Amino acid sequence: MDSLNSLAGRLGGVYLLPVVMAVLAFVLIGNPSTWVTLTVAGLAMGMMIFLMASGLSLVFGLMDVLNFGHSAFVSFGAFIAASVLAALGSWLTGSSAALNIIALIMAICAATAFGAAAGWFFERVIVRPVYRDHLRQILITMGALIVAEQLLLAIWGGAPVSVARPAVLEGSFVFGTIAIEIYRVFAFLLGLLVYVALYLVLNRTRIGLLIRAGVENREMVEALGFRIDRLFIGVFMAGSALAAMGGAMWAGYQGLITPALGGEMLIIVFIVVIIGGLGSIEGSLLGAIMVGLVANYVAFLMPKLALASNMLLMMAVLLWRPYGLKPAVKG
Amino acid sequence: MSSQTASATQAPGMTRARTGRMIVYGIVGLIGLALLFAPFLFPEVRSQEVAARICVFIVLVASYDLLLGYTGIVSFAHTMFFGLGTYGTAIALKTMGRGFDAILLGGAAGVAAALVLAVLIGLLSLRVKAIFFAMITLAAASVMLVLASQLSDFTGGEDGMTYQIPRFFSPANKLLTDADGKVVRVFDVALDGKIALYYFVFLSSLALFLVMARIVASPLGTVLEAVRENELRAEAIGYRVVVYRTAIFCIAAVIAALAGIVRAVWLKYTGPEVALSFAIMIDILLMVVIGGMGTLIGAIIGVVIMSLAQFYLKDLMQVAADATSSIPLLPELLDPDRWLLWLGVLFILLVYFFPAGIAGTLLGKGGAK
Repeated sequence: MDSLNSLAGRLGGVYLLPVVMAVLAFVLIGNPSTWVTLTVAGLAMGMMIFLMASGLSLVFGLMDVLNFGHSAFVSFGAFIAASVLAALGSWLTGSSAALNIIALIMAICAATAFGAAAGWFFERVIVRPVYRDHLRQILITMGALIVAEQLLLAIWGGAPVSVARPAVLEGSFVFGTIAIEIYRVFAFLLGLLVYVALYLVLNRTRIGLLIRAGVENREMVEALGFRIDRLFIGVFMAGSALAAMGGAMWAGYQGLITPALGGEMLIIVFIVVIIGGLGSIEGSLLGAIMVGLVANYVAFLMPKLALASNMLLMMAVLLWRPYGLKPAVKG
Repeated sequence: MSSQTASATQAPGMTRARTGRMIVYGIVGLIGLALLFAPFLFPEVRSQEVAARICVFIVLVASYDLLLGYTGIVSFAHTMFFGLGTYGTAIALKTMGRGFDAILLGGAAGVAAALVLAVLIGLLSLRVKAIFFAMITLAAASVMLVLASQLSDFTGGEDGMTYQIPRFFSPANKLLTDADGKVVRVFDVALDGKIALYYFVFLSSLALFLVMARIVASPLGTVLEAVRENELRAEAIGYRVVVYRTAIFCIAAVIAALAGIVRAVWLKYTGPEVALSFAIMIDILLMVVIGGMGTLIGAIIGVVIMSLAQFYLKDLMQVAADATSSIPLLPELLDPDRWLLWLGVLFILLVYFFPAGIAGTLLGKGGAK
């Protein structure tokens, strides 16, 4: 009973980390309205990163495949969303909220659909031949990343592309001295929706049960007669689609995107996956929120340190928990 | 391994391996001769530049092969160590003025920094899975790149910095003078400081390469291959895998930093693009895999092929792009700036079908499986 209690306490403790961070930041910042703005920005950023990271983490947990090309889905998602939004420019600037929202949904859907299709292709052609061979996996997915980045340059050119935002999501909610950007709230809600959906699928459906069992012990599930490889392609496609969706949201958040986007996000996504622990959705969410909060707080408190902050966070977490905060697979 | 176990019944395979070995050593010998006499064979400035770049990259790629091919460690931080050597030398030359003491001091500082970082990263993260290690090194390298471009007072930021190198290496320095006090010319090439600089690069690279060849042939090299092939068994026999991994990671880091010093002295310029960028890391990766992982000698072939491809593939693609200019999209794909696209495709195909690389396939030696 004691051990059970301490276990529960420890798990709760890990999940309390972002709260502790927020409280600490509140003390350091001292100004409530600034703190709220930063926290909302951090949460929104964290949710978008979570979208990108969750797929990578699951793919690794289920099939022991690390996809260095994952960020290609992110950048393709961002650029496709930008193109769709640019094509529907008149819908965005119009005063009709419905048209605004439809255009945005179409952009996100286009990016997500592309992500799923590209994920299918990627799994079949690039990853399938090199299962269970980590060295060649890293090399091949790295090669695929190079090719994807070059394709991006060939199609959209090297110049930064500006992304149109729907008029209805421009501006902010204002409560007294506190202003909250609407887009950030939207990004946070979308991320939360995806998390809840993923959580329900993984914990309440038969497929989710099989995925979780596969992450835990793949051979046993196969021995019981289930085709893990078929399941895996589904997970891979879903992960790629989520990455593309995250990229589309990120494009709207940044407002200006360059082909270097994928490379930058790859590092952040890796840090999130390492912090959270490989193979778990909860870990990815926790890691993403922490990275988002730390990035925003540190950028305000110590701008010089901002770029290294994520790295330092990762170092600290790894020293404390070498396999991440909430790993589903150990070893 | 096959060459040792081959019996008389496997004669055809053995002859093929022997022919392959002769081809590889023949090519490498030719490359070596070409590099040795490069100032006399290819006197133009541009060719000299290519030859010096090839020399330094052979060292860099071979040291990466110690990690990737011999030990099975995937690191993305190799340019970080290279950059530490380059920046150390460059900062010292810039602040202390042109002199060999600056090169020594700055280079030593760079190598020491590389060693300390390598020990830290190695002990911290070589215990975990290969994949974790790859991610951690990638993150560390990106932080270093950001630091180099942010601390612009110190490193020159994105623009990098130019500096002067010792007078001994300047074209005005006459190594040999004839009776009239004019510089001696051999095959119409003046024996001045420029030649001295090239041979400084060539001989340093040669020495470093020979050191690596010695390491690979030593018992340490054998243990490393054992670690690559079967980590558990190596540990069970009594070799501390973490110690050996960390050791080779440090050795490779130091050699990369030394190569960085040579590069800094040759270029008289240091910036993120030439010393730290991710593009260089990708170049190194491609060169190792094309040449052949776990062969060391493959590094030479890989570097030469890639360096030539960077120059001639572009020309070829320009021709192709012009020929297809009427078709949509195709010219963009064939644009000379997109040469990396086709190299990437080639790379993927190579990893699928010839994982041993050129030298590995010819030598009949499987590199990393």
